[in-house]
Amino acid sequence: MTLSNTNTQGVADELVVEMRGIVKEFPGVLANSHVDFDLRRGEIHALLGENGAGKSTLMNILAGLYRQEAGIVRVKNQEVRFSSPRDAIEAGIGMVHQHFMLVPSQTVTENILLGLDEPRFILRLQEYENRIAELGNQFGLIVDPGAKIWQLSVGEQQRVEILKMLYRGANIFIMDEPTAVLAPSEIDMLVENLRTMTKEGKSIIFISHKLQEVMAISDRVTVLRKGRITAAGIETKSVTRKDLAKLMVGRDVVFHLEKIVQEPGEVILSIEDIHAENDKGLPALRGVTLQVRAGEILGLAGVAGNGQRELAQIISGLRECTKGRVLLNNERISNRPVRLAIDRGMAYIPEDRTHVGSSPNLSVTDNVIMKTYRKPPLARGLAIDADAATGFAEELKETYDIIVPSVETPVRLLSGGNLQRVILAREISGQPSALIAVQPTRGLDVGAIEGVQKLLLEQRENGEAILLVSEELEELFALSDRIAVIYEGKIMGIVSDGDLETIGLMMTGTPLEDIRTQGA
Amino acid sequence: MTESTSQSSPPEQKGGPYRIKFEPRIDEPSRWTQYLVSFIALIVALILGAALIAIAGGDPIKSYIHIAKASFGSLGVLSDTLVKATPLILVGLACTVAFSMRLWNIGAEGQFYMGAFGASAVVLIPLLPADTSPWIFIPVMLMAGALMGAVWGFIPGLLKAYLNVNEIITTLMMNYIALAWVNFFIFAVWSERGFQMSSMFPKTAWLPRLANYAESIPIFRGLTTHMGLIIGLIMAVVVAFILYRSKWGYEIRLIGDNPRAAQYAGINIKRNIILVMMLSGGLAGLAGMSEITGVVHRLQGSISPGYGFTGIIIAWLARLNPFAVVVVSVLFGALLLAGREIQPSGIPKMMQGIILVCLIASEFFLRYRVRIMRLAEEA
Repeated sequence: MTLSNTNTQGVADELVVEMRGIVKEFPGVLANSHVDFDLRRGEIHALLGENGAGKSTLMNILAGLYRQEAGIVRVKNQEVRFSSPRDAIEAGIGMVHQHFMLVPSQTVTENILLGLDEPRFILRLQEYENRIAELGNQFGLIVDPGAKIWQLSVGEQQRVEILKMLYRGANIFIMDEPTAVLAPSEIDMLVENLRTMTKEGKSIIFISHKLQEVMAISDRVTVLRKGRITAAGIETKSVTRKDLAKLMVGRDVVFHLEKIVQEPGEVILSIEDIHAENDKGLPALRGVTLQVRAGEILGLAGVAGNGQRELAQIISGLRECTKGRVLLNNERISNRPVRLAIDRGMAYIPEDRTHVGSSPNLSVTDNVIMKTYRKPPLARGLAIDADAATGFAEELKETYDIIVPSVETPVRLLSGGNLQRVILAREISGQPSALIAVQPTRGLDVGAIEGVQKLLLEQRENGEAILLVSEELEELFALSDRIAVIYEGKIMGIVSDGDLETIGLMMTGTPLEDIRTQGA
Repeated sequence: MTESTSQSSPPEQKGGPYRIKFEPRIDEPSRWTQYLVSFIALIVALILGAALIAIAGGDPIKSYIHIAKASFGSLGVLSDTLVKATPLILVGLACTVAFSMRLWNIGAEGQFYMGAFGASAVVLIPLLPADTSPWIFIPVMLMAGALMGAVWGFIPGLLKAYLNVNEIITTLMMNYIALAWVNFFIFAVWSERGFQMSSMFPKTAWLPRLANYAESIPIFRGLTTHMGLIIGLIMAVVVAFILYRSKWGYEIRLIGDNPRAAQYAGINIKRNIILVMMLSGGLAGLAGMSEITGVVHRLQGSISPGYGFTGIIIAWLARLNPFAVVVVSVLFGALLLAGREIQPSGIPKMMQGIILVCLIASEFFLRYRVRIMRLAEEA
């Protein structure tokens, strides 16, 4: 479904950016498929979409980081072809990335001047500091120009990034998920800054997957889904949050997997009122309670970064929670050694296959014995029985169709799908009582996805309790018995009948009760 | 191993400018390629070394022949080479163990000195009377040496594990402490008549030499190779077993390759840091013990011409393979021994450096393949 631009009088407004028919392909993925986008002078235009929808790709083309395969880009009515970010900045386009590109040990001023032709040799820092302070005042971007970057808060660092672009004369700003790294008070500050900037005639593209923000901040919104436009530059006022949720999530029907009906058994994995902090010390989970039963797949939906990673880590023992507990077969496994959870039959397919789930330079054999090497038959006293280990690896290779020349091959040479098979084989072969799978099919091709999903369903039939964390709603619908939705560390609700709209709303921060009461 | 370069382009008679292109290797280079690359690097190092000798006014070929003769030319010099190789094997293994877990223990030198001190303490405190049977003396000294080395590894290990203190700094600094510690004892406590050395150990505390058996086996006459070599070889086997056959070694390799995966597999990384540092220190301590009881027979200063640091080079050249450590140690032993005949310091040390640089540089060719192509072909 595509909403067209109904606002015809908008053409009268001055367009500062026009992108027409943009096509960008990455190996195996069509990241942008004939995408149109435009930006008016002095507006905040939100670019909305799920992870992997192609938002960043489109903006990287505009910022000169990528080159499109087809389509044209016009800036202020002139066709441009950027071959580097420098060209884009010269045309007045500045991108503020999600991960800041600042030198921590240098001052604000030094960072802003970095890479510029002026000043040439003698650095009259004081003079430049004054100039930058002035610029900051003009836009309400208050930051001490003499402070070192490492002394600044994340919000202040972001201001430095914006100042950097202002100093370079940018008047079109691409903000890549600027609120993702900020605390709530800093978000308010940022919004204020953005408003001041638009009043001064700057135009802003605001990349986000948070509906609430988009509704609150933007003048217009463009929605991308799987590389295609589902709404092109519609007035934010003219749409409801519900519409946007639907446009963002889509409603494609996928191939149906054979899922037999079965009555779930007793509760195997019980997550009780978990509170936890993320790596930055900010609250990531605020009272998550979930129960997974034997022979059941509980899907956990949500946009990335809402606490899913932290939850998975707490269940597997890799992170400590500040409150609450996780029980596996009525035994507490949270805030205890990882070993204990493994020994008690907790299997974990981590999100990050190469950095957590496997050891790249070790062989397939060494990778599949990671959780079983401590016990017979693989262990023989202090030693590992090399023949038994090789035999075990050969067996898994056969059973799980791991395509690899030999079990001695280092796993870094394996394709994503095969590597995931190695990890799945290892986790499943231990016949765990519970399994947590985080994004198990991300980045895999269609065939591999189906294989992984079938394996998960098999485990369900074997009576395992499975917690499936995924951003792919289609996958969750196809596999799960129930779907819970997490948003900013809280469970918004659990549903057993697949209603995309409800889930889309929950994913963007509306609790299930509110939806039900509104609907009633 | 497929070398696609050979078949990709039939030679054209075009001539013209060539272009050298480096492409990342997608597949694993075979074992033979690895050896070949190392071998070529060694040859290049020898050629560069020859240039160096020539610049210094020497005859490179004569010098090399002399080195070969002076280290492998007869049973006597071969024996001396092995004596030099003995501590190198042990410190090389010490570094191998630590480096396998990406723990950068560069304190083998200090651990060597502490091992020497530990062994000496047994004789000099004395913990055992001078007329103790060697059957008791030597094992006790072995344990004391290994223990002191292990203590010297334990401290940086503990700091690294619980306070995340950089082990490169701590192990390096602890080298100086160890040296000063030993100096204190030879200058003050165990000084023999004001000389900066202890008194000679009793013969029962000497590691047996081949020469001791010359009466029954005449060919051993005058050979100074001592039991330390056997200890070194045994430890090579032990380290190989630990690294490649044991559960512990599996944990070490896993942590070394991907600590996050190791954590995910439920491995206690902190404990392993401490244990591996202790094993590494213990091995270096054994080297000190072997040197003091097999060669010097007294505690004194400058018992090591930088063995601990050479151990780093050896472990690296051996690509962290315990058996290759033995081979490389013998070659370095030869270089140490025969190098002295060219110049006491200077050139031989430079040769070591050149060899290391060449070998490390050669790693590039294991990761990239070189394609030489004509410009026309590229288009």
